[in-house]
Amino acid sequence: MRGFLALEDGTVFRGDSVGAEGFTFGEAVFTTAMTGYQEVVTDPSYSEQIVCFSAPMVGNYGVSADRVESARPHARAVLMREARGPAWTDWLHEHGIVALSGIDTRSVVVHLRKAGAMRAIAVSGEASVDEALTAVREQPAMAGRALAGGVSARKPYVFSDAGSARVAVVDYGCKRSILQRLAWAGAAVTVFPHDATADELAGHDGVLLSNGPGDPEPLSAEVETVRGLLGRVPVFGICLGHQLLALATGHETFKLPFGHRGANHPVLDKRTNKVLVTSQNHGFAVAPSADPAATHVSLYDGTVEGLHFPEYAARSVQFHPEARPGPHDAWPLLSEWVREVSVAQAA
Amino acid sequence: MIGQACEFDYAGCQALKVLREDGFRTIVVNSNPATIMTDPGFADRTYLEPLDVEGVADVLGRERPDALLPTMGGQTALNIGLELAEAGVLDALGIELIGAPADVIRRAEDRERFRETVRSTGLKVPESLVVTALSEVPDDLSFPVILRPAFTLGGHGGGIARSRAELNDLLPKALAESPVGQVLVEESLLGWDEFELEVIRDRADNVVIVCSIENLDPMGVHTGDSVTVAPQMTLSDEAYQELRDASAAVIRAVGVECGGSNIQFARNRESGDVRVIELNPRVSRSSALASKATGYPIAKVAAKLAVGYTLDEIPNDLTGTTPASFEPTLDYVVIKAPRFAFEKFPGADTTLGTQMKSVGEAMGIGRTFGEALLKALRSRELDASAVSPWDGLDELPEGLHPWFRAEIERLRLPELSLEDLVADDWARLKRLGHSDADVARACRTSEEAVRAARRSWGVRPSYRRVDSCAGEVEAASNYLYSTWGEADESEPAGGSVVILGSGPNRIGQGIEFDYCCVHAAQSFRALGYEAVMVNCNPETVSTDYDTSDRLYFEPLRVEEVLSICERERPEGVVIQFGGQTPLKLAGAIEAAGLRILGTPFDAVDLAEDRERFAALCEQLGIDVPAWGTASSPDEAAEVAERVGYPVLVRPSYVLGGRSMRVCYDEAAVREAAARGGHLLVDRFLENAIELDVDALCDGEETYVGAVMQHVEEAGVHSGDSSCVLPAPLEEPEHDLVVELVSRLGPALGVVGLLNVQLAIADGRLYVLEANPRASRTVPFVSKATGVNLVEAACRLAAGAKLSELDMPRGQSLGQVSVKAAVLPFARFPGADPVLGPEMRSTGEVMASASDLPTAFARAERAAGRRLPTGGTAFLSVRDEDKAAATDVGRALSALGFKLLATAGTARTLAAAGLVVEYVRKVTEEGTGPSVVDLLRRGRCDLVINTPQGSGARTDGYRIREAALVARIPCVTTLSGAAAAVEAIAHARDEVALSLQERIDAQARTA
Repeated sequence: MRGFLALEDGTVFRGDSVGAEGFTFGEAVFTTAMTGYQEVVTDPSYSEQIVCFSAPMVGNYGVSADRVESARPHARAVLMREARGPAWTDWLHEHGIVALSGIDTRSVVVHLRKAGAMRAIAVSGEASVDEALTAVREQPAMAGRALAGGVSARKPYVFSDAGSARVAVVDYGCKRSILQRLAWAGAAVTVFPHDATADELAGHDGVLLSNGPGDPEPLSAEVETVRGLLGRVPVFGICLGHQLLALATGHETFKLPFGHRGANHPVLDKRTNKVLVTSQNHGFAVAPSADPAATHVSLYDGTVEGLHFPEYAARSVQFHPEARPGPHDAWPLLSEWVREVSVAQAA
Repeated sequence: MIGQACEFDYAGCQALKVLREDGFRTIVVNSNPATIMTDPGFADRTYLEPLDVEGVADVLGRERPDALLPTMGGQTALNIGLELAEAGVLDALGIELIGAPADVIRRAEDRERFRETVRSTGLKVPESLVVTALSEVPDDLSFPVILRPAFTLGGHGGGIARSRAELNDLLPKALAESPVGQVLVEESLLGWDEFELEVIRDRADNVVIVCSIENLDPMGVHTGDSVTVAPQMTLSDEAYQELRDASAAVIRAVGVECGGSNIQFARNRESGDVRVIELNPRVSRSSALASKATGYPIAKVAAKLAVGYTLDEIPNDLTGTTPASFEPTLDYVVIKAPRFAFEKFPGADTTLGTQMKSVGEAMGIGRTFGEALLKALRSRELDASAVSPWDGLDELPEGLHPWFRAEIERLRLPELSLEDLVADDWARLKRLGHSDADVARACRTSEEAVRAARRSWGVRPSYRRVDSCAGEVEAASNYLYSTWGEADESEPAGGSVVILGSGPNRIGQGIEFDYCCVHAAQSFRALGYEAVMVNCNPETVSTDYDTSDRLYFEPLRVEEVLSICERERPEGVVIQFGGQTPLKLAGAIEAAGLRILGTPFDAVDLAEDRERFAALCEQLGIDVPAWGTASSPDEAAEVAERVGYPVLVRPSYVLGGRSMRVCYDEAAVREAAARGGHLLVDRFLENAIELDVDALCDGEETYVGAVMQHVEEAGVHSGDSSCVLPAPLEEPEHDLVVELVSRLGPALGVVGLLNVQLAIADGRLYVLEANPRASRTVPFVSKATGVNLVEAACRLAAGAKLSELDMPRGQSLGQVSVKAAVLPFARFPGADPVLGPEMRSTGEVMASASDLPTAFARAERAAGRRLPTGGTAFLSVRDEDKAAATDVGRALSALGFKLLATAGTARTLAAAGLVVEYVRKVTEEGTGPSVVDLLRRGRCDLVINTPQGSGARTDGYRIREAALVARIPCVTTLSGAAAAVEAIAHARDEVALSLQERIDAQARTA
């Protein structure tokens, strides 16, 4: 069966449907990671997005229950130059994901890079392009959208109950790997919904603000909660969590033209002059800043990749230290933080 | 040399470029004249000197540099760097070893230290032990095991032993190959998957992975002989990241802190167990491949790191905006396929193992695995009769990963009918990766018919950029490949010249032609054209995106070349620099209405068609050896009878002397002709002086760049013969040669380069062949004379006249230069290591000195055949050579050599009054050691053995093989022996001069 991707600016790319039938709306974005397709699709940060893989062939090594980053896929649709099955394409089908293969993905990437990420529709089967485009243009744009509530845990739950430090994770769309890394580093991990209060969280040895989808700006209640945590308990933010910490400390966020999504982005730690090769997935970012609190900078566009507020024992990174997919260069950031909060707790 | 080819020229060039940009004074030492890095303009000082400790130490003493960078020249350079450090030479001269300090080299290269280092990181290495003698192997060893001699190139001398008996046979050979007499006997990982990661680390401890490479041939096959793919295709993210972490851990533990390394891993497909196999703390064949595969210039970055930069400070040239710490990400697939030449080594074992046997490689880029694989395989330009691994898609290696097997299965074409194919079918076939030729085979029709049908459906390729970032960053990259059914990018602006490269290295067509193509690109750029390069050899400088204005990494075949030309609409196509490869395309290029710049196709045909060429020579009053054509053994015997014995029998249209035989009688002629096909039978001129001339012609006037004389007699392929410049001819003979070539060039219609091979026999001058294109001696000539022949040829091709070029005339060369062949016999056990009409060398070296003996001795040393100065010389020559052998024996005796000979030769020498000791042949009954025993025991220092027929079981073969194994210089022609003896007698110690000094001195005498 054929299918197509129609972008809000009228550009259309055609391919073969290899996933679920039907159509789906989302923001068209691309990732340049060469491995980890299943992790990408199940990462809640990809909610309401149509993901184009720049990797030449996707699906080569099948699927595994160990590679999911959440209970279900979150990406709305998947675009590939060359999908390989049957395990991967069957999985997409079973999970109701529209997936197109044979797409000129490089042209999609180049187009999005030039024109910016935009609203789109992925269609499996026959449909009128004009009608599809009209529908696309009626969809809400990503900027200004609060999506964390839709993917967050409804109630608190314990992920791991033994450890040298008790860490609360605020789930704005948390990847499972973050929880796994924290537990691996020796933390007892409890997960809280996005609207947990500062008082509920502050009793822990440390609070981790997770990644998540959407625009950080409308999340004013969450930002207020973060502000309420500062000075009371050590805080570590990842991705959306980083943006919330930035907003809570008076920094500005903005929508990137097409985002950073991949597994090869170099980030400079300005304090040590060392480069980390990082896994990234964000459409919004913290504007470049000369503030000494901005400890990490993207060597790619100068956006703030890390913040540190020693006075609040708060820090954050825009990239994904838990990796999955991507390099493990930044793994130590999480284990060091767990060690720090353990030591602080013991003292 | 196998295991070390032009990939290091590419690395060296990049390093020199960036170091000079940074204001360093650079000095390069390399004995290979066919390299771009040894061009006078590339470094401040260039020494074409033997790459041994002595040669490099001389240069260091003379130049007193601050630092030595040993990581760009492969294993050879690394070993020399280490030896110089260990000998105290570097300390004495106050020279720092940069890129890889001595302790790092030791940790990486010494097997035992490497294993300890890897284990210290918690990673595993294959179980193994190091032995220095057979007796050290424990009884309970479980087979199979792999033998790896320490400190050797390309796993040279290694092998797999499946039983105790095989071990007993292989281990002594492996021990002999290791310069330190150490061999690693290790756990066999047969059937495991093999991966390589290219890693770079800087002094701030930043590590980036440039590329992952997966081998299709499983562990046990040398990675140089494997088909490989980048990026890796079968590993999940967690499995890949495990290798990435391991790479970083190993490079840190070994301590490589300012440069690149290649790390090889074995991974068990089922259990996921990983073993670290090796780390090369230097630029390698794989790093050249990784650079071309990703567009990330590893050597350039490594050179910058060696002089103190960090990864975040170095910009990525392809994007211009991202730093070198941005790991490349690929939106295409790259496949490398090795090019073998087993047909050149009859009798050699063709099984692939731990010892590298391929002579070159081709790379294909496509948007899918299939597209890339089929491009790589068809880029190899296999000879029709050649037997090669991956010959087609039917015989796949055992243990091939199921994913690859499934991908290859999709590529099989059913029978098709041209009339039935519509647009969608064409798109599907082309997107699978099939060439027009593949479709033609499936349709049982001609490639031309397929092309016409495809084009009638409007199905044409599109071109995409290699930009190292999968399109994420705007990149002005000029590095392109084709695919199907996608958008086009990087539209050409016009005003271009398309230069066709020479494809994969093979015997008879190597790096010399790449040298010419690179110069052609530079020259046409200087003339104001956009230089467009087409080539598919990842090892070369021509496929560096810096070399041309646009690089098409594509197979050099009619379909691809015509598509590129259709897109480029070039002012012209240049075919005279890429060897035989572009000439094969010339007809199709002209037929497509494109203009060939320089020598037209008709001149090529006139020179290559024997009938036409002979008629032309007759008309010009030029002598050619009597000849005839034949298509059956009867006809061949008839022609031989007419032209007179001995005769040279060969198939028409050959390069590198393929399947050429010298026949002394009818039986031999019939045997040579029995293989069928259209044959040429030439009178073979015995005891002739062979000459090689490189000249320029503008269609009217001719400029002779050099007259060279071959050291070995006619009958040894010119590519394998040593060659002397200037030829030691009397002036009238020299004038005769110049006069002849000056008449031939315009008569052929040459516009550009012309190579003519001549022979002087019985006082007459004969033309053997004319090649209206760059020859393999062009780089040698350019370096010996200081005249850039390629640049001049490009200007002629672009329409200039010789009179406008102001070529230097009448200059006297202050020095004698000798080119010597590098022969790969040690790689092909079972093949007879004898020189003959079939070319088998895989490289060349050059040396210059004030006289011939000194230059010859130095060239032999550079080729790895250092001449002895005393000891025992063994002689065994065929009957025809016995008289001449007396002179050689007498000279050796006078030099103090003890003479040893087999019966016949001993009788001849004794009859001439020489003291000679008799030794029996293997096949002769008798007591006492045979000659082979003596050779094995290292009791000889020089072997002179001319073949009485060639073949696996002859005595001569056994002698030559024993000499080869014992690393004793073995001369197989009497003329070669005479030159060697002359060199032993008269070579002097002489200060090495740099190329720049020599050229300056010549310019002053002009």
